[in-house]
Amino acid sequence: TSELDIFVGNTTLIDEDVYRLWLDGYSVSAAVALRARSGILEQTRATAAVLQSDSVDHYRTFHRLGRPLHAPPKLPHQLIFQIPPSRQALLIGRYYAFDEAFVREVLGKKLSKGTKKDLDDISTKTGITLESCRRQFDNLKRVFKVVEEMRGSLTGRKKLQYLSFGDFAFCAELMIQNWTLGAVDSQLDDMHVDLDKEFLQDVKELKVLVADKDRLDLHKGLVCTALRGKLGVFSEMEANFKNLSRGPVNVAATLTHNKDVRDLFVDLVEKFVEPCRSDHRPLNDVRLFLNHYSASVHSLYGFRHQALWDRSMGTLRGCFLRLYHD
Amino acid sequence: MPGKLKVKIVAGRHLPVMDRASDLTDAFVEVKFGNTTFKTDVCLKSLNPQWNSEWFKFEVDDEDLQDEPLQITVLDHDTYSANDAIGKVYIDIDPLLYSEAATVISGWFPIYDTIHGIRGEINVVVKVDLFNDLNRFRQSSCGVKFFCTTSIPKCYRAVIIHGFVEELVVNEDPEYQWIDRIRTPRASNEARQRLISLMSGELQRKIGLKVLEMRGNAVVGYLQCFDLEGESGLVVRAIGTACTLDKLSSPAAFLPACSSPSKEMKEIPFNEDPNPNTHSSGPSTPLKNQTYSFSPSKSYSRQSSSSDTDLSLTPKTGMGSGSAGKEGGPFKALLRQQTQSALEQREFPFFTLTAFPPGFLVHVGGVVSARSVKLLDRIHNPDEPETRDAWWAEIRQEIKSHAKALGCHAVVGYSESTSICEEVCILSASGTAAVLNPRFLQDGTVEGCLEPRLEENLPAGCGFCHIPYDELNMPFPAHLTYCNNCRKQKVPDVLFTTIDLPVDATVIGKGCLIQARLCRLKKKAQAEANATAISNLLPFMEYEVHTQLMNKLKLKAMNALFGLRIQITVGENMLMGLASATGVYLAALPTPGGIQIAGKTPNDGSYEQHISHMQKKINDTIAKNKELYEINPPEISEEIIGSPIPEPRQRSRLLRSQSESSDEVTELDLSHGKKDAFVLEIDDTDAMEDVHSLLTDVPPPSGFYSCNTEIMPGINNWTSEIQMFTSVRVIRLSSLNLTNQALNKNFNDLCENLLKSLYFKLRSMIPCCLCHVNFTVSLPEDELIQVTVTAVAITFDKNQALQTTKTHAEKLLQRASTDNEELLQFPLELCSDSLPSHPFPPAKEHLESASSNSGIPAAQRATSVDYSSFADRCSSWIELIKLKAQTIRRGSIKTTVTVEKASPMGEGNFRNRSAPPCANSTVGVVKMTPLSFIPGAKITKYLGIINMFFIRETTSLREEGGVSGFLHAFIAEVFAMVRAHVAALGGNAVVSYIMKQCVFMENPNKNQAQCLINVSGDAVVFVRESELEVVSTQQPAANCQPSCPGGEVTT
Repeated sequence: TSELDIFVGNTTLIDEDVYRLWLDGYSVSAAVALRARSGILEQTRATAAVLQSDSVDHYRTFHRLGRPLHAPPKLPHQLIFQIPPSRQALLIGRYYAFDEAFVREVLGKKLSKGTKKDLDDISTKTGITLESCRRQFDNLKRVFKVVEEMRGSLTGRKKLQYLSFGDFAFCAELMIQNWTLGAVDSQLDDMHVDLDKEFLQDVKELKVLVADKDRLDLHKGLVCTALRGKLGVFSEMEANFKNLSRGPVNVAATLTHNKDVRDLFVDLVEKFVEPCRSDHRPLNDVRLFLNHYSASVHSLYGFRHQALWDRSMGTLRGCFLRLYHD
Repeated sequence: MPGKLKVKIVAGRHLPVMDRASDLTDAFVEVKFGNTTFKTDVCLKSLNPQWNSEWFKFEVDDEDLQDEPLQITVLDHDTYSANDAIGKVYIDIDPLLYSEAATVISGWFPIYDTIHGIRGEINVVVKVDLFNDLNRFRQSSCGVKFFCTTSIPKCYRAVIIHGFVEELVVNEDPEYQWIDRIRTPRASNEARQRLISLMSGELQRKIGLKVLEMRGNAVVGYLQCFDLEGESGLVVRAIGTACTLDKLSSPAAFLPACSSPSKEMKEIPFNEDPNPNTHSSGPSTPLKNQTYSFSPSKSYSRQSSSSDTDLSLTPKTGMGSGSAGKEGGPFKALLRQQTQSALEQREFPFFTLTAFPPGFLVHVGGVVSARSVKLLDRIHNPDEPETRDAWWAEIRQEIKSHAKALGCHAVVGYSESTSICEEVCILSASGTAAVLNPRFLQDGTVEGCLEPRLEENLPAGCGFCHIPYDELNMPFPAHLTYCNNCRKQKVPDVLFTTIDLPVDATVIGKGCLIQARLCRLKKKAQAEANATAISNLLPFMEYEVHTQLMNKLKLKAMNALFGLRIQITVGENMLMGLASATGVYLAALPTPGGIQIAGKTPNDGSYEQHISHMQKKINDTIAKNKELYEINPPEISEEIIGSPIPEPRQRSRLLRSQSESSDEVTELDLSHGKKDAFVLEIDDTDAMEDVHSLLTDVPPPSGFYSCNTEIMPGINNWTSEIQMFTSVRVIRLSSLNLTNQALNKNFNDLCENLLKSLYFKLRSMIPCCLCHVNFTVSLPEDELIQVTVTAVAITFDKNQALQTTKTHAEKLLQRASTDNEELLQFPLELCSDSLPSHPFPPAKEHLESASSNSGIPAAQRATSVDYSSFADRCSSWIELIKLKAQTIRRGSIKTTVTVEKASPMGEGNFRNRSAPPCANSTVGVVKMTPLSFIPGAKITKYLGIINMFFIRETTSLREEGGVSGFLHAFIAEVFAMVRAHVAALGGNAVVSYIMKQCVFMENPNKNQAQCLINVSGDAVVFVRESELEVVSTQQPAANCQPSCPGGEVTT
């Protein structure tokens, strides 16, 4: 056995398969076993010792790469590892990728030391190695630190338990695309994820749709005309129109307060998804309703906030539909 | 007072946190040169400080400019206690001292601390204003260019190759000074780093002065090493080849030379008087006449005078007046004489070059080497390093005399090395005896160079294989046959050299890395007893290494070794031998016979069976290797090879009249009907082991090739992907029951496993070749063996690689197109070398030989050594060694080895490259390679030599990941620092990179380790040459109007 066994390339050698095993938190010996099982020894006619040596060496490199990976913008500037840019992107991308199962478990919890101590439970529950859980947890904290404004979406309630990570991600993406400063101002880079405060202020103007009785009735008339005969439970919709309409209008209109932003997902579920669900409406009905509900506003005589409505409702419609499931 | 050094400290980044309380650092910088120090302001509370300092100006002598490094220290300001050092940067400003290199050094340098490693980076700008003082070269040697590259650098032309320069400087090692007991490890390490840096500068300056004396302007093949002699001191020594180089700037300057028709040249020798003396300027010149006649291949004399006799140099006129020698004889004699007079003025006609301008190398005699065991004494007066000088002078003298014994006046591919253990030091030198073309050697021939001369008329590329020595008076036993290529001159059956394969050599198939590995136990002993023990072991090790190489070469079905490097390492209780070389099949040399095993007890049935089983395995291996390396010499060549023995009548006459050998009868016997195989006699278990070990070397996996020369013979279509790497392994031997055999096996496994790991690691690059594979062995402690490998993996285009069997014409064309680069530097050769069509097309050759060879049982005769001659070879070898082996108290014992040489002519698909697939010159990427070139790219500028020495130490070995983690980090840091320096010089690659030393010591019990690394190379700027590529490959014939240097053709 070798006392010392190293390989250093002028260009840092990255074996993608070993990198994945390392990210997945396997120990070197486990990684060697997994690689051996993959048939690599037969393909390359290498010996187990060679595989062992190779794996240990890659692990050492990855371990040393850890520090620059913790601050990705520094990676291109550090001098110790010479890595082509495409490889750097791969390294960072893979390092910050996460297992949905893991993130779902952490969502809604505080990224505190306490949570970190509970990672072994999450590891047991999800089958993801503790090592990998820790890395993902620390990644989340690093990302969280950078994007502190998004804290709200990370806290949650029991009511949101049924949602998957994908649901959250989908809605967050819609909001980033439509409601942030970066979305309207191309001068700002994509990472500018502050919600557009001005927009949220303006959205309050939309309250008139529920506050003004004439408008509300007119709107209700247009929607009902369009949907008559097309919905399974038309009458409930007609009777509840005011409540149903209040949801979309108010969710957006209250986002000027940080507390409300934090509760956004709860609002989305409580104010629209749950009422619809209690009526046992099929998804198709909900979609039809939302389509006509948002479209018919364009026919409202004298309503001045068409653009504002579209920006607000477009996102909300997407969110509602995504969140409307069991 | 001829220089002003200006330094500006711009900024820092990624600094470490020095103040735990604030998580920040209050950094400032000290800039020191000589005894002057400047400081920047303190940049409070920042890990990315912006100093933007003024220009710090140092007014200094150019002598100091050459010797001193610029020292930049980054510190953390501390109001209450001493300032803490963060780390240092040493910048060698030598590249700024000559006009064609860098003009400014500017960039981010890693801040290095010998205890913590790299700690952030600092941005520095350095400039030098040299005053226009006409005398400025008098005191110093500013302006002399240095190159590590062991060939003429790519964008230069050699006007004159002056020859050997050497120098050494000694000092006390700070590590062993009394003060070291009271200072910190950091201070001690820094003192050492600084001292070695200073000594390197001084050494370089002194060598530069010698070059100026010789009226040269550059040193090529510069190799600097340091010897850590422990208590007795520190030696920094360097060797190199002084040259006068011309920068290739305007291609027009050499275009006219291309018009001289080389074909005419061919005829000239036939018009010459065959008597060599008519050409000599004076009869007093000792001339060794080349026997170019057809004397029988086996009529050698067993004169074991390899070095001490000058017998072989006495003129022997009138010999060999056969009809066959018209071409070679007079020409060679003339050449010899000219070369000799050119070389005789030199104390040591040595050249550290391994590749040469076309036409430079005339004949190769074989490897010459010398070793000497010395006991180290304290160096009492550093200013008078006479002892060390004398030691080396002695060895060089010996090398010189060996070369003479081989009929050669020069030694090329020359190198020197040491191995030290406690107070014993083995000094080694080796090279390749050669006959050179005087054209490049003499002052005053500069103009002459522009006209094609007689000596250019070498037989179409196989000339270097032709023996330079007197075949009737050979210094060692060897088989000679007629050159398989030109059919006129004699060649040996096997050729060993330390140089790269000449560009024009014709090779069949591909080459491969061949290694001989050997361990010998030695009793622990002190002083003289130890030296004597080592001295006694050396000859046997040399002999065994040679035998192993020979066997492995035969097993590969090849007949020549290039780049041979034999390293003997001394430890407390053992000696290690490691020889690496690249085996090839030279078309000019005879086909090697197989290996035949013979048992001692022929009547034992099962034993016989075993033997025949082994024999079969060996034969299978040879057959497999032939296929693997694509060694398919033209079939008829068998006959040719068998044929050159002249008619019996003639031969006996020659023997009678000229051979001084007493073995006449035996030899006559030998030449008949015997099996042509190399016979291995198995007379004991050791021998059996040896045979087994022969068969354990596993060939590289398919898609991989390896060689230790610059490029792989037989592969010529490199693509641009390269990966340089260093790999280190240390194994611990179980101290129980160590036998030589167990040791050998351990060592063999270590090397084989290391290679296997490399193949596995680099598998994504397949098809690829590991080039310039450089193994070094050291014995850091009693039971530890350390092997360090540096090499470069280069990808090649498989499809093109498959076309190895081409017609000669095709090859010629290919060569014409691929040699472009070489040719550019030596425009004269363009015509003589690449244009002439093959003078001896194979078919014609065969006809000729067939007709002239009646009566010989040619079909069966192959060419290797048969048993008896093998025995001969052994015994004479031993004799030779015995003669040489003498212990000298406080002095030396030397063993000397002189080996074979051999042949052919040229196809040399060197330096071919296919169009690089991607021209991704990513900003900031710095390539490193041990080769002198970069595939798919053209070097446009040499920025100066990189020569760096680092020490790293740790007292928290476990925390740094153990010995592997520690060394891995350190080597990565060394690479990073080399790249940073190159980038700061404005370069994007280091060529001819070499890790000269990697001394690793550990003390796991104390959780400590220390490592010293010395690396060097040439910083260059390269550009992708995809466009040029297209042009040149499409128009191979346009070769004569080389276009590359100025880039004219690209437009």
